[in-house]
Amino acid sequence: MKTDDLISMLATGANHESAGSAWRRLMLGIGLGMIGSTFLMVKAIPVNPALGAVIQLLEFWEKLGFAASIAAISLLLVIRLSQPGVRVGKALPVLMSPILAIWILAGIAFAGAEPGHRAALFFGNTWKVCPILIAMLATPVFATTLWGMRELAPTRLRLAGAAAGMFSGAVGAVVYCFHCPELDAPFIALWYLLGMLIPAVTGALVGPRLLRW
Amino acid sequence: MRRLSAMPDDVEDLVQESLLAIHNKRHTYNRTQPLGAWVHAIAKYKLVDFLRGRGIRESFNDSLEDIGELFAYSNVEAAEARRDIMKLLDQLPEKHRMPIIYTKLEGLSVEEAADKSGMSESAIKVGVHRGLKKLSAMVSGK
Repeated sequence: MKTDDLISMLATGANHESAGSAWRRLMLGIGLGMIGSTFLMVKAIPVNPALGAVIQLLEFWEKLGFAASIAAISLLLVIRLSQPGVRVGKALPVLMSPILAIWILAGIAFAGAEPGHRAALFFGNTWKVCPILIAMLATPVFATTLWGMRELAPTRLRLAGAAAGMFSGAVGAVVYCFHCPELDAPFIALWYLLGMLIPAVTGALVGPRLLRW
Repeated sequence: MRRLSAMPDDVEDLVQESLLAIHNKRHTYNRTQPLGAWVHAIAKYKLVDFLRGRGIRESFNDSLEDIGELFAYSNVEAAEARRDIMKLLDQLPEKHRMPIIYTKLEGLSVEEAADKSGMSESAIKVGVHRGLKKLSAMVSGK
């Protein structure tokens, strides 16, 4: 087909997608994914029975704040990376700040602890399952975020996939907070981060294939 | 450039592919963003996708600068640049924007710009200098 014909065909075409609908679909997808993650947590690994008491502790809110701020920053990255030519800007260094903050808290806790007690701060009782469970809780959001992004136009697919993965991992961690009995900052700094990195790395690997348009 | 001009049919395909992509993805354009950057990013994406699909391995040995040059030959570049620059200028504070518009876009002398804007000559010079610095930071994405 001649390019001029294509142009006139496109220019006269009636099909029209409003700017808002693709974004609404992404947000709807993310919302459904979050419901899915919560449902999975309640069904597969129940809510922490001591949640009522734990929720009054500062450490719980540090943990939740860490996961939630990573989720918010990665969502911003997902949105920016879904539009062609929109710069990522300072979002990547900003993403490092909650990680840095939790590591500082971890350092303080580590330095203040008795030498014999330090390993317990890092390993808690649940380190073996924590990253896996976070990654599992991330899967519904991971799938729906990638689905929503396909309707938009990511051009840096590897980075976009990684951002979607990091976002879903952080949402998974937020949901996991309501199950997890661990409260020590060194534990969060290591295993929660690792749990978020599993979907992030997966996203970077599958992004170029799944997000291609 | 040389690679692509050796296959005119592919170039036509690629142009059509990019036009179609721009049409189908027009809902991702955000009004506050320079249009040139948006179109450029889509065209570049389609070019990289095309080269990858063809398995033209040597394309990855060239830097993306080469690909950037491809788009620089557009004959409507000046008009596109003007539209984008106005959008970026809007983001500058008044005291940087006016000196740049007067001296760089309208071609007035520093003296005339000072008269017209009521700013001092040194304020005009400083405004141009700082403003251009900010603009180049915006364009290079820092």
